[in-house]
Amino acid sequence: MEHGSPVDLEEDKSEKYKTTLGLKMVAFFIPVYLAFILVCVISPTFMAKDIGSLNVAIVFGFGIIILAIIQALIYNYFCSRKEKEHEASARKTEVAE
Amino acid sequence: MNYAAEPLAIAIFVFFVIAVLFISWWIARKAKSASGYFAAGGNIHWGVNGVAFAGDYLSAASFLGIAGLVAVYGFDGFLYSIGFLAGWMVALFVVAEPLKKLGKYTFADAIDAKFESRGVILTAAISTLVVSMFYLIPQMVGAGTLITPLIGLPFEVGVLIVGCAVILIVATAGMASTTWVQFIKGGLLLVFSTVLVITVLVNGLSTSPDQKDITYHDFVTLEVTVNAGDGVTIADSSYEVVKEFGIEDATFVKLSKENIKTIWKLDEENSQLVETQTVTRQTDGPVLYNGDAKDVGLFYQVGHLSEIDGNSPAETGPLDPFSFIGKIKDGTVIRWGSQKITDGTDEITVYYQIPTSGKDVLIPGLKFAIDPARGATPADRVNFVSLMIALFLGTAALPHILIRYYTVPNAAYARKSTIVAVVGIGLFYLLTLYLGLGAMTKGVIDLTNGNMSAPLLARAFGLGIFAVISAIAFSTILGTVSGLIVASSGAVASDLMQKFIKMNMSENQMVKAGRITAILVGFIAMGLGILFKQMNVSYLVGWAFSIAASANLPAIVMVLFWKGTTAKGVVASITVGLVSALGLILLSPDTFSQVYGLPSSSSPLPISQPAIVSVPLSFITLVIVSLLTRKNGKRTRP
Repeated sequence: MEHGSPVDLEEDKSEKYKTTLGLKMVAFFIPVYLAFILVCVISPTFMAKDIGSLNVAIVFGFGIIILAIIQALIYNYFCSRKEKEHEASARKTEVAE
Repeated sequence: MNYAAEPLAIAIFVFFVIAVLFISWWIARKAKSASGYFAAGGNIHWGVNGVAFAGDYLSAASFLGIAGLVAVYGFDGFLYSIGFLAGWMVALFVVAEPLKKLGKYTFADAIDAKFESRGVILTAAISTLVVSMFYLIPQMVGAGTLITPLIGLPFEVGVLIVGCAVILIVATAGMASTTWVQFIKGGLLLVFSTVLVITVLVNGLSTSPDQKDITYHDFVTLEVTVNAGDGVTIADSSYEVVKEFGIEDATFVKLSKENIKTIWKLDEENSQLVETQTVTRQTDGPVLYNGDAKDVGLFYQVGHLSEIDGNSPAETGPLDPFSFIGKIKDGTVIRWGSQKITDGTDEITVYYQIPTSGKDVLIPGLKFAIDPARGATPADRVNFVSLMIALFLGTAALPHILIRYYTVPNAAYARKSTIVAVVGIGLFYLLTLYLGLGAMTKGVIDLTNGNMSAPLLARAFGLGIFAVISAIAFSTILGTVSGLIVASSGAVASDLMQKFIKMNMSENQMVKAGRITAILVGFIAMGLGILFKQMNVSYLVGWAFSIAASANLPAIVMVLFWKGTTAKGVVASITVGLVSALGLILLSPDTFSQVYGLPSSSSPLPISQPAIVSVPLSFITLVIVSLLTRKNGKRTRP
């Protein structure tokens, strides 16, 4: 049988949008992370190739960390924007009523 | 090296501890309710919570462990940074907001929100306690490791100081004081790590990295003639060959000069003996460091570039972040290996130089065997993949991290605080590569304690920054241990006592139960910290991540995203994940060699990292049991 949550859940009209966006974001990130692991295992020598004064390993490693930060900021931007849209829409509805 | 207690370091350390305890006492006046104690009243600002997240997450393993691993193994240590940070993507995109909506005080709250099942509560609480304990041990070991160089006290005293301070912090105001301790620590760690890295870059690189008050030891070589099958003859007649040790592919030679015995490593290719460092454990005498007592100071800090751009001696002057790495890549780094030798009744650990191309330092492979061309087996490579999976999936399943979602007022704040955490932690992990490479090339590595690399790097630039960095490292441990003890006390007071045993407790009684649990867990952690003194900090944290990823993550993900999940499925998944991960760890080759003291070949398993087996097993168990226990398409409870 189904049971309710022990806490009061506030209504969040952006929930579906945020969940879908989150899953898309993680679906984009996982292949990049997996690629890093696989390159390490399958072709460690490729990691030594020069990229300027750095090499593939450093650029790939830094890239994953920076990608994570950028994705996090993008995710927050779109989620916040959607939340504001719903808030504005809710306020309009209240005024109309 | 010899650690002397420094008055400035002691003063700053004592100031930090007193300040932290004062903050706890001050906040404790407001935290009277269960919500206040277990979730800081749920009204922490997302910015503060985000930095506290960083303070909670950046534990001894991150600050001391990763910097130490990079200092010793180069890029392989940085792999932990990449894996730890990548794990936050799962936490942010998958777990943060839904968990905030479902839970109240503990990880079990969220998992059980749809079921109200005592079985789910029990297994989730046990999992919380097991993961927290595995995470607590390395923090306490880190505390003991740090206290000796910081204020010259024994390991056990360090463990006791952290244990008592944390008990005071948590028992007074629970999550409220823990949040502010973690916030302060997280902020200071980010600021001062940045300062330290800037100092490293400004000072540049040198083939003779003298410190402010210590001249770098010039390791020497002796010319020899290698006689086929008949040992070596030394050109310098002041030395006498005492004994030769042939171990695996290496030959070590014991020499005597003016009655002082030293051990050298034979470099056959260049017909020379290369100076080593030794720690000798005598059966009937003190431990000797390079043949003398530790406080004589003959055991040197190490780590340097033997050539920069093909030149030696050489120094670069200030470098930017890219050229710093570039110079190391194009240089030769002197790393150090170790070999145990038995000489009569003496056990000697010989530390010897390994000249390593900078190119090899900056790619994976010096710690993790992944390159078949260098002898890596398929099991080695599976082991590596398994570790990286555990790091990726473990973060979002650590109970002490998950409960921080309950300290903010709403789901949006949970998300925003996670983003602050990702940015802060990401920037810190970028710094870890520079901290480690700085230690690797600045002559600051203590061969007997790699975990001290970051604080000793700070010491190279002056006592003031060393004292501050060490005090921050200590508060790093305070912050993380506080979070772990809050998670454990919530699991006992809220999950086990109130929900599983169904004790009818008022808010005050629940807080009291939480406080008593915090004290008990604190004492257990102190005992385990002393018991596991010799264990490697990062290794133990790796276990905690594997167990969390196996026991908790499948349940969290499936409860959130699969409507077919049943309570019995969750119970089975957590149980199978926990038991399989623990079982695989206890039977692993690494545990055989590092814990039981047996040859790793006597382990029945080929790999030491369990996640690649235990995580899928936990997911599959949840799906199968849920399908078998669904009633009319509805969720069930046991």
